[in-house]
Amino acid sequence: MDENKKLAALRYAFPRTIPVMAGYLVLGAAYGILMNVNGYGFWWALMISVIVYAGSLQYLGLQFLVAAVNPIYAFFMSLMLNARHLFYGISMLDKYRDAGKLKPYLIFSLSDETFSVVCHEQPPKTLPIHWVYFWVSILDQCYWIIGTVIGVLLGSMIKFDTKGMDFALTALFVVIFVDQWKSGNGHRAALIGVLASVACVVIFGQNAFIIPAMILILGIITLDYKKSEKREEV
Amino acid sequence: MSAEVIRNLIIIAMMVAATMLTRFLPFLLFPAGKKTPKYITYLGTTLPYATIGLLVVYCLKNINFFASPFGLPEIIAIAVIVVLHLWRGNSLISIGAGTAVYMLMIQAVFK
Repeated sequence: MDENKKLAALRYAFPRTIPVMAGYLVLGAAYGILMNVNGYGFWWALMISVIVYAGSLQYLGLQFLVAAVNPIYAFFMSLMLNARHLFYGISMLDKYRDAGKLKPYLIFSLSDETFSVVCHEQPPKTLPIHWVYFWVSILDQCYWIIGTVIGVLLGSMIKFDTKGMDFALTALFVVIFVDQWKSGNGHRAALIGVLASVACVVIFGQNAFIIPAMILILGIITLDYKKSEKREEV
Repeated sequence: MSAEVIRNLIIIAMMVAATMLTRFLPFLLFPAGKKTPKYITYLGTTLPYATIGLLVVYCLKNINFFASPFGLPEIIAIAVIVVLHLWRGNSLISIGAGTAVYMLMIQAVFK
């Protein structure tokens, strides 16, 4: 590949990542501060932002580390939280198909924000399209890593009472919930998620409700699917 | 390496494995030209919504509504987030303000 074309792709990609830059620097920094406060310093935070690279899971993962949860539980919670990535992948099957040696990294780094940029991106035909995707992906991850490092350093320099800062995770999920609700789709699924979970907290208690809630949600949604299929057959 | 470090590394490995599984699986399951099963597509349009509902409940599971402060810090902070987010629609403002309100509540108001 011609170096000039790679550079042209970078020049095209960079402005498109600026909104992500703002978000990732701030959320990454908040993550770094939280990690630092809980006793997981520079190397832990850096390693996780490089190899896990999944924003909301990293916040949740901090709770896994602090509470020393069972690894199997950590695995299934992570799977559940990240299940949406399955569908980003499905949407990108065609676009990433012929990406060659860039493909593994493109798939590895397909975060929510990167997906939101690349899924609608139609670069001019003169540019090497997979390099545009690659630059968007790697710039986004760099913002996240830089944000994390800034947060760890800030957290160790400034001393302030961070009690309650972990509420950022709750806030993040509430914001996603409102965004999804506003989009007008999935009201029923969102309510199934909330109500099934509340029911399982009441029945199984706050420490054992997750797995039953996952099964209940999957069960209700599958029943819905069977019903809608039957309607189509009639 | 201490047992704690090893335990942390195992938990992180689980997070990596689950994340990689969700990101790579579609490309392994549905190679060129194969059509995605309808049930999978249906799960794709519904599960993300239900999961976020579950996670909101997960974050709030330790609230005790029957003892002071009766979940008020959480309720007020979430109300702020929802109103701000419906009004401005800026994730950073909503998350930042909501977290700040919550910190203020538990550090200064409901001590």
